[in-house]
Amino acid sequence: MTASQQGKLFFSFLRIGLLGFGGGPSMIPLVHQEVVKRHAWMKDEEFADVLAIANTLPGPIATKMPGYIGFRVGGTVGCINAVLAVILPMIVAMILLLGLFSRHRDVAWIHGMSQGMVPVVMVMMGQLAWDFLNKSRLALGWAVSLVMAAVAGVLIYWLGVHPGLVIGALLVAAMLPPLTKRKSVEEAAQ
Amino acid sequence: MIYVQLFLAFFIPNIVGYGGGPAIIPLIEAEVVGRYGWMNAQEFAEVLGLGNALPSPIATKMAGYVGYEVAGAGGAVVAVLATVVPTLLLMLGALGLLYRYRDSPRVKRMSQWVRPVIAIMMAGMVLSFFSEGMTGAGLVHTSIIAAVAAIALFRFKAHPALVVVGALAYGGLLLG
Repeated sequence: MTASQQGKLFFSFLRIGLLGFGGGPSMIPLVHQEVVKRHAWMKDEEFADVLAIANTLPGPIATKMPGYIGFRVGGTVGCINAVLAVILPMIVAMILLLGLFSRHRDVAWIHGMSQGMVPVVMVMMGQLAWDFLNKSRLALGWAVSLVMAAVAGVLIYWLGVHPGLVIGALLVAAMLPPLTKRKSVEEAAQ
Repeated sequence: MIYVQLFLAFFIPNIVGYGGGPAIIPLIEAEVVGRYGWMNAQEFAEVLGLGNALPSPIATKMAGYVGYEVAGAGGAVVAVLATVVPTLLLMLGALGLLYRYRDSPRVKRMSQWVRPVIAIMMAGMVLSFFSEGMTGAGLVHTSIIAAVAAIALFRFKAHPALVVVGALAYGGLLLG
């Protein structure tokens, strides 16, 4: 692994990080562009497999992909290199910009700017909520999606159950074998 | 102790949050605003607004900034590591195993079953931002900004960064 390869890795993922707006999932086409088309580090089918594997795991997709691809191309150094190239510049930008912002919160017009941001974030979050509900409807149907959402809402907001626990329980349930099969196993055990 | 709390506040959302960075946002809000009270709804809205205006993954930007606010540079490092490292190690370590299950219906079911929960938590955040807007900017300004933002984003497909800058300008001029 040469320094110039590490350099290529760094600048590829720097580009991806700086051009990718709208969170991780929207960055996948950019990753594909750099990794498959520009540098041919992977073939199309392999890229699709890696993406499918990354999706079997929780957590942000836009750090798992660079981490894995960086590791494949440049070992442990490549892995750290690629992940940092994607995430570091904008973390620093966030800390600088928001740090400045929150230090001057008592200035009237800066406080006004902060209040102006709230409705916009509300709209963006509403869009995300709709996206997730819609995707859920396509997979599970309206009835199941709404009932699951309602039950989760009651558990989390009314009964104060930790959301991680609610989702964790669902994940365990999803991993169990289908209901009919499990029944017959139980019957066999008796 | 604060490092342990920071680690947990970002580790838990990232280890249960299926569906990429956006799915993790309400889970992080539950920890940062709800459980530990490191930020209020308005401060969290600033983080999200600026996070959406800048490129690169949203989960790591939030982790870096919140970590820094709570415990300085060390806090930023801990929160970002908690976000990135666990699932990446799983991916690198268990690739062969995961490869076999990549098309498994059970794995698909996992991300499908998580979605309605994430959706209701996102809806919960919409409500909390709405009530924050009521007490802060008030009904009239909140409605105007929200309506203009929705039209710009959905009808004209405006860049989120542009919409955020517009809201900052409106707020700076009219809400100051």
